[in-house]
Amino acid sequence: MSFDWKSYTPVIIPDIPNLHEIDVYTKNGGYDSLKKVLSNDWDSEKVINEVKAANIRGRGGAGFNAGLKWSFMPKPDGGPRYLACNGDESEPGTFKDRKIFEYNPHLFIEGALIAAYAMQCSAIYVYIRGEYYSWIKMMEKALKDAYDKGFIGKNILGSGFDVEFHVTGGAGAYICGEETSMLESLEGKRGYPRVKPPFPAQKGLWGRPTTINNIETLACVPLVIKNGADWFSGIGAETHPGPVLYGISGHVNRPGVYELPTGMPVLTLIEEVAGGMRNGKKLKGLIPGGSSTPILRGDTLEGVNMDADSLREAGSMMGTAGMIVMDEDTDMVEMLWRISHFYHHESCGQCTPCREGTGWLEKILLKIRNGDGEIRDLELLIDLCSQMEGRTICALADAAAWPVRYTIDRFRDEFEARCKKSTYALA
Amino acid sequence: MANNYEFTPEDLKEIETIKAKFPEVMPATLPTLWVAQRRFGHVEPEVQHLVAETLDLPVSHVHGVATFYTQYYKEKMGKYVLDVCTTTSCQLCGGYDMLHYLENKLGIKAGETTKDGMFSIQSVECLGACGYAPMMQITNDVYVNNLTEEKLDDVIESLKADKMPEFESVGMPQHTERS
Ligand SMILES: Cc1cc2nc3c(=O)[nH]c(=O)nc-3n(C[C@H](O)[C@H](O)[C@H](O)COP(=O)(O)O)c2cc1C
Ligand code: SF4
Ligand code: FES
Repeated sequence: MSFDWKSYTPVIIPDIPNLHEIDVYTKNGGYDSLKKVLSNDWDSEKVINEVKAANIRGRGGAGFNAGLKWSFMPKPDGGPRYLACNGDESEPGTFKDRKIFEYNPHLFIEGALIAAYAMQCSAIYVYIRGEYYSWIKMMEKALKDAYDKGFIGKNILGSGFDVEFHVTGGAGAYICGEETSMLESLEGKRGYPRVKPPFPAQKGLWGRPTTINNIETLACVPLVIKNGADWFSGIGAETHPGPVLYGISGHVNRPGVYELPTGMPVLTLIEEVAGGMRNGKKLKGLIPGGSSTPILRGDTLEGVNMDADSLREAGSMMGTAGMIVMDEDTDMVEMLWRISHFYHHESCGQCTPCREGTGWLEKILLKIRNGDGEIRDLELLIDLCSQMEGRTICALADAAAWPVRYTIDRFRDEFEARCKKSTYALA
Repeated sequence: MANNYEFTPEDLKEIETIKAKFPEVMPATLPTLWVAQRRFGHVEPEVQHLVAETLDLPVSHVHGVATFYTQYYKEKMGKYVLDVCTTTSCQLCGGYDMLHYLENKLGIKAGETTKDGMFSIQSVECLGACGYAPMMQITNDVYVNNLTEEKLDDVIESLKADKMPEFESVGMPQHTERS
């Protein structure tokens, strides 16, 4: 079955000029979902159940059901509770949340307000990576407008619901996208991920119950409230439904962010949506969901769709749906060395397997890249990966190991050929 | 100890607004370091002292934060800091070529500053503009997308005349197609 993607009408970022302005947003039905839940017949449980039924799977990378996550918040005890919105967007290949800040910030704000109402949070923080200075300014403006219209603050729309909403920026650290590192950074500290448990729902910001969601995840919420859970779960892939922002970069003719249903055939996205390969080159490899998701060979993509199940079967993951496309001229050794440099640079250094492991991965890959590698270095790399995976405080170590393990596995011939050229090859 | 740096009354007002967002003072550390860097151009140890004093937090804490995050300049930098992205998508699309072109043009290497103090170049990690690769950011502010040698020439010329490039809205290809 082929999906007629050209007839799809975007809903997260609709084609409405100046939608970022609050008046344009409200004229187009904006904040109606908030009004709906704040009216009498929606209590917290009803909102959570609706969002749970919609099965919005977290768009920050892990793909966890948002409504289910909300239901983990403990019962209110009268003290503060928080929603922390993750706009760190630092996983290489990912550049979608900034589209929401720029083109439809109020959809995200409305979603966060509904989430805060459902979980009875007293304050919302949106954490945006420091490099997104321009987009932080856009969010500040949007939040101010929403305050002025009475959608944020005390006794919102006369409902008795109070919530504060603040934006704050990072200052350059990939690790701050990891949820507990983000909480540390929000608290004004170095971004060292926390040991879990306790989970943020129990002890989050300032030791209080906190839920963390990605920006795009929250932007889906008003759509679910407006159109119903069935509408949302009926879009795209059955077990991983909804509209999604695909970020397509690399060797394609028309890179960019595209909103389409989940479950789109990978090859349709590359060959049609993104305008095909640059200069008519052949497709060699695809990183489907940000640089930590295992690379897939171009010749194994027939029938593979962009959803959790299909990508798992193919040997990768959905991640952030940030697709990095590589053509036949790509040097996989060079590419992988640069990825390992990234993770080494970004390791926070708390855990030995990660701090040392990412360093060694980079060092050995650099040696291979420079033509001094030996075949046994490839085994050493895989062995290092095994010593890193699942042994650290946060998943950065895994994110660093997977690209190495799978790129070597899937492009072994290329790595071996590079090693064999070395003068040390026979030693 | 006398400090060569001082916040202006406007800065102090902004810092108060920042503090009001949080239930404690410590969360104001990152944003206040930003206020300082935008005012002084860097957060050298003496500036870190000023931030610590202003927030009434230990210097060791402010120092720890300032050194953890890459965007804070721990020493004086060029007036314009050119952060060229060389991570995966940019690497694939010629990010290193752009970096080397700039290095040759300005006669410095990544990590260095020109003698006249105008430009610093850095090779940086993914800036979240992967679809518009290769790209760079100027002094933690404007993004310049889809770099070419000609575009770099233009940008350098306008920066020499103290003109920052405008914010570039790249849009959604799905939208532009239909219109
Ligand atoms: C190293 C690392 C980096 C991450 N970076 C981000 C990020 O930049 N943005 C994001 O939303 N989630 C990021 N995540 C995932 C978050 O930890 C968390 O799962 C997510 O924000 C939850 O929101 P969601 O359930 O709505 O996806 C990262 C995770 C790890 C381990
Ligand atoms: S796994 Fe790496 S990034 Fe994560 S906490 Fe440990 S050292 Fe830090
Ligand atoms: S890889 Fe350069 S902006 Fe993402």
